[in-house]
Amino acid sequence: MNLLVGALSVGLLLSLLTLGVFLTYRVLNRLDLTTDGSFGLGAAVAAMLLANGVHPVTATVIATIAGWLAGAATGVVHTAFGVDTLLGGILVSTALYSVQLYVMHGGDVSLAAADTLPGLAERMWTALGGPAQVTLFGTSVSAGNIAALVLFVVFVLGSMFLMERFLRTDLGLAVRATGDNPQMARALGVDVGFMVTLGLVMANGLIALSGALFAQYQGFANVQMGLGIVVVGLACLIVGEALVGRSGPARQVTGVLIGTIVFRLLVAAALRAGLDANALKLVTAVFVLIALVLPRALGRALRPSPRPPVAA
Amino acid sequence: MSGAALELIGLRHTFFPGTPSEQRALEGVSLTVDPGTFVVVIGINGSGKSTLLNGVAGSVTLDEGIVRIGGRDVTRWPEHRRAGMIGRVFQNPFSGTAPHLTVAENLAIASQRGRSRQLFRLGLSSGRRAQLAEQLASMNLGLEHRLVTPTGVLSGGQRQALTLLMATIVRPAVLLLDEHTAALDPRSAEQVLRLTEETVARDRLTTLMVTHSMHQAVRIGDRLLLVHRGRILEDFSGPRKRRLRMEDLLDRFDQLRNADMLDESAAEMLRRAYV
Repeated sequence: MNLLVGALSVGLLLSLLTLGVFLTYRVLNRLDLTTDGSFGLGAAVAAMLLANGVHPVTATVIATIAGWLAGAATGVVHTAFGVDTLLGGILVSTALYSVQLYVMHGGDVSLAAADTLPGLAERMWTALGGPAQVTLFGTSVSAGNIAALVLFVVFVLGSMFLMERFLRTDLGLAVRATGDNPQMARALGVDVGFMVTLGLVMANGLIALSGALFAQYQGFANVQMGLGIVVVGLACLIVGEALVGRSGPARQVTGVLIGTIVFRLLVAAALRAGLDANALKLVTAVFVLIALVLPRALGRALRPSPRPPVAA
Repeated sequence: MSGAALELIGLRHTFFPGTPSEQRALEGVSLTVDPGTFVVVIGINGSGKSTLLNGVAGSVTLDEGIVRIGGRDVTRWPEHRRAGMIGRVFQNPFSGTAPHLTVAENLAIASQRGRSRQLFRLGLSSGRRAQLAEQLASMNLGLEHRLVTPTGVLSGGQRQALTLLMATIVRPAVLLLDEHTAALDPRSAEQVLRLTEETVARDRLTTLMVTHSMHQAVRIGDRLLLVHRGRILEDFSGPRKRRLRMEDLLDRFDQLRNADMLDESAAEMLRRAYV
């Protein structure tokens, strides 16, 4: 299969993961570790349903709802019991590991024999009279791959559009204010606990959706799938912000999409150039660390004098 | 509806009770404020004046007492619900605005205070944007040209002026100002204070303003409360407030010191006031 189309497809469906990480890490200003659990949960739920012959659309929707519930669990742990969201996320995602094992009756589920969204897309492609082979980027691509790609493009662009729009509504502004300055939000009548929970629900729904699509794309679900996935989301987010900037929702959401695709292309290129696949998580983690620390270190190096006091 | 805009009955609060750092912030404060009255609250550090404001706003859950706003008992309401009736400006210029959101977005959020946040309505339609620009222009700070600027890059004075507009864009039943000019340079402080007086007078807002400054306390407001050790010691209003001069206030603080009720921080404040 064409490597480029593969990286593009994976980048597209993982951009929903990045969108969820963006919503918690940037908009709500808190790192949500429910991410690892909800990505795996989305994959597990979708795979289990598909293996039992449920329609791909229904299975994907139910997987997304499972993600909402995971986010709501972290939100309730935070608001009702006063546990901070970081610990709450760790607790929920740890619990979800067992949930995934129960859902899948084991560590993994194969979708080789099941109908999936990419399969559905391919049948629609053929039914609409699409050619069996398409030449893309100079290589020929099968109908199945191109149909999946088109499906992901539509799905992802739609999600990005809705998210950008949401962030500019009254409700979206309240969620952003909650992350940016909770004291101000409360003083203006915003129920901060509710907004945090709403953000967590939306984010984990997107992340579970991403996991469900990923499982269908690669043809199996595995309980290990979600482990460390939050770091991948962060890496994609950082790449996007470096390329597109982060002023305003439109730019931020575009950055999420472009960052994820570029990051996946970089990964594909690195693997092709001989990077040991076992080192991938190590390299990703080091990359995120450097990207987070470097700007501050550079700032210090370039401005040796102590920071002047903020002008009153 | 009863006549009072704000009614406080027997407010008591102790921080860290039962520990060595136990601090009695309020020891039975009762207060009735008529609609449209501008009340200035003065006191030294640790006198309880900020706790009083936070108790009204609901950011501190008081041990005892009743808070009524516009005749409604809000004692058990959480802070965000009370915010429907309260406008606030904080001492720290960073506290009142969301730094990564633009001036217009901050105002849009403030314009929904006390209402439910709609999912299907854009925060900044073009009509709303124009209206916000108009309101900003009336403040004469040039902020109407900076609608798409993140508030994080504004100066402290601009931010406090913006916060004041945000606190009053929906008419609050009570406006709470917590030393909102203390962190500003003298010129900005003067400007924000002038805007405060204009806004309060124009909208006839019931206002509670905490201050450190005797100058402000004497010059501004219809009523002055002197808070000390969690109690209201003096309550100047009407002609008494109008006749009040700096010297009277200094004398009163002197009396407190002679009565051995004043500590080092108060003496420091008096020294500063003389300079």
